[in-house]
Amino acid sequence: MYEIVAREDFSAATFLLEVHHPLMARAARPGQFVIVMAHALGERIPLTLADFDAAKGTVTLVVQAVGKTTREMQQNCKVGAAVHALVGPMGVPSRVAAAGKVACVGGGLGVAPMFPQARAFKQSGAYVIGIVGFRSRDLVFWEDKFRSCCDELILCTNDGSAGMKGMTTDGVRVALERHPDLGELVAIGPPVMMKACAEATRARGIRTVVSVNPIMVDGTGMCGGCRVKVGGQVKFACVEGPDFDGHQVDFDDLMARLTRFASEEQAALKRWSESCRMKAPAAPPEEPLELPDPFEEVAGG
Amino acid sequence: MASAAKKKTVRTIPQQRTAMPQRDPKERARNFSEVACGYRLEDALNEAERCLLCPDPACVAGCPVSIDIPGFIRRISARDFRGAYDTITATNLLPAICGRVCPQESQCEGVCPVGETLEPVAIGHLERWVGDLAIAEGWASVPAIEPNGFKVGIVGAGPAGMACAADLAKAGCEVTVYEAFHEPGGVLKYGIPDFRLPNAVIDAEIANLRKLGVKFECNTLVGRLFTLEQMRDEMGFHAVFVGTGAGYPSMMGIPGESLNGVLSANELLTRCNLMRAREFPRYDTPLPLGGRVAVIGAGNTAMDALRVCLRLGAEKVHCSYRRSRAESPARAEELRHAEEEGIDFHWLTNPLEILGDGQGRVRGMRCIRMALGEPDASGRPRPVPVPASEFEFAADMVVYAIGTHANPIIGQTSKLKLDQRGYIEADEDLATSMAGVFAGGDIVTGAATVIEAMGAGRKAARSMTAYLGLRGGRPGAGRLFGIDLDEHNFARLRAA
Repeated sequence: MYEIVAREDFSAATFLLEVHHPLMARAARPGQFVIVMAHALGERIPLTLADFDAAKGTVTLVVQAVGKTTREMQQNCKVGAAVHALVGPMGVPSRVAAAGKVACVGGGLGVAPMFPQARAFKQSGAYVIGIVGFRSRDLVFWEDKFRSCCDELILCTNDGSAGMKGMTTDGVRVALERHPDLGELVAIGPPVMMKACAEATRARGIRTVVSVNPIMVDGTGMCGGCRVKVGGQVKFACVEGPDFDGHQVDFDDLMARLTRFASEEQAALKRWSESCRMKAPAAPPEEPLELPDPFEEVAGG
Repeated sequence: MASAAKKKTVRTIPQQRTAMPQRDPKERARNFSEVACGYRLEDALNEAERCLLCPDPACVAGCPVSIDIPGFIRRISARDFRGAYDTITATNLLPAICGRVCPQESQCEGVCPVGETLEPVAIGHLERWVGDLAIAEGWASVPAIEPNGFKVGIVGAGPAGMACAADLAKAGCEVTVYEAFHEPGGVLKYGIPDFRLPNAVIDAEIANLRKLGVKFECNTLVGRLFTLEQMRDEMGFHAVFVGTGAGYPSMMGIPGESLNGVLSANELLTRCNLMRAREFPRYDTPLPLGGRVAVIGAGNTAMDALRVCLRLGAEKVHCSYRRSRAESPARAEELRHAEEEGIDFHWLTNPLEILGDGQGRVRGMRCIRMALGEPDASGRPRPVPVPASEFEFAADMVVYAIGTHANPIIGQTSKLKLDQRGYIEADEDLATSMAGVFAGGDIVTGAATVIEAMGAGRKAARSMTAYLGLRGGRPGAGRLFGIDLDEHNFARLRAA
């Protein structure tokens, strides 16, 4: 059990959990992820680390309540509560080398996990252009954190209520115009956003790294559920990623594979919303030990 | 006394091997209850009578962990069941597991002299009966352990790690087992389904290890949370055993593999067994099952995958294998059980392509018939395609059970020397290129069996006690070769 020591709700759907795990806080590197199991009957879901603080001994996760598991977490993961399982850091850490000018692009679920990378690039001496996107002003979070580690921050909102009006990819276009000498672009977010980022840099041959987040069970290279096509080869995102060359990733394949359990996910969410909205998850029942009575003398069976 | 008892011969013992009650194939193929129900007391006593109690027993030599087989069977006959348990657990702490999953036909029972004229003594069934009885009675084999001051770390709570942990704990070491999953057990938990090995049995055996003082730390991915080097240099482990297995599933590289509905047997089994997808939606992990499932491969993992799909309610479950039944690497019993339960076997059939429905989902497979040709490097006849024999069959789900590779994480995160295929290089004592670090099981040999992994774990434990300067479990000093272990690192120990 891993205790939740802080929580912050950014909006109706997005919330932050700070979990006590001193070893992981020390071991974690930008770009790595964890697998969380909220309760004993729960599923294992991968979440990219949004922050880690060795001094405080905590790791930070930012969760969007979109399905049954994440909505249940939104309801139950309060300060003082605990998650059943938390394993990591997993995956190969991001390569953070002084690259001159780096664009760090985060959209949707990818905004928070982009922060450790932006900070690391800044610490390595790069000129960091942060590009983060939200739907509207009231959904914006961590603007101050990004400003603290970005030399430039391009904040995009779909409705123009904060920063520039447009999608994250419009922000990328602005950055590319402003910085003909951009050395590298890293993107975390929905596959369609990462695909658009990779397309935007392809012609100029700018090194482009994306962080994929496919469906996983174990996160240790064992189930193969997270396989992605990169440059025509099959890679397991959990142990060979999650960072890959954005110009090589087959995003259409990634997007199709993310729909694997769409109907089960919808059914689970519907069932949960209707039936057990306010109930805490039931404890797992004691598994009855189904063994024959070794002293049974009666013949038959 | 026993010596006064009349001498048994093949003629005087019960002629028929005592059959273990099994569930009816039709009934069992739709639920996860254990297929083989276990002996009852009278079965066990009857079968124990069949043992000739050979003075120079071949079966003991045939057992990878050298259980005193006539010794425990004699105690069953004498109704000293606790004695039988203690006899087995002197060398094998996990009888309820081994009695179920060992390939006895090629080990103890394969060399039983009774088997020369009759069917061999059902040693595995008897071992399981004793193990189950011990669980039901709450027995545990906890010898008096004198701590020796050595601290040992084990990476991976599968069969190799569990066996290694048991022996090292009995030798007096302080043992910590690290496991990446949220529960210990490794392949026994995520891989082998309940109808072959109930999770409750594994948990009971793990509880026994805890009684020996073994600590299990789950949710710990060694290599990423801390490295082998840190275990040795910072965490104070005097020796480390790596038993991380060969779990990385192989794919064939044919078109259509990324279609939704194509998955590895590991994913299928993990979702079903460890994550309990079969109880979805009570458990959150989903496992949508097509009406028609095709499993590629015919080893033990394939048999488990096939039978799991059947139990999850698939209408039709096909097995396709490029060689013939005779070359199937599955245990004879598993193959027979799968056939009894109505699996549709397509021998000499090789998939060429997985076909999609245009919406990104599987609709079938295009296959080709094979014929057996000249023997290949494995000594088995090489399957060769029969020209113009391509055909299609419908499937909504395709499961790959064609083998696994080495898990890459330890290799990525340590300086341990690996071979070309990514397996850890270990010498005959299972010592690796890093002093104080030993490795065994599938991560050294490639995919093998549970008992071979357990054998490797025990062998490594022997090497580790020798390395630490201990002898056969007797309490050792906190010094090795006269060097205080707290003050010197492994490299210097080895140099000494």
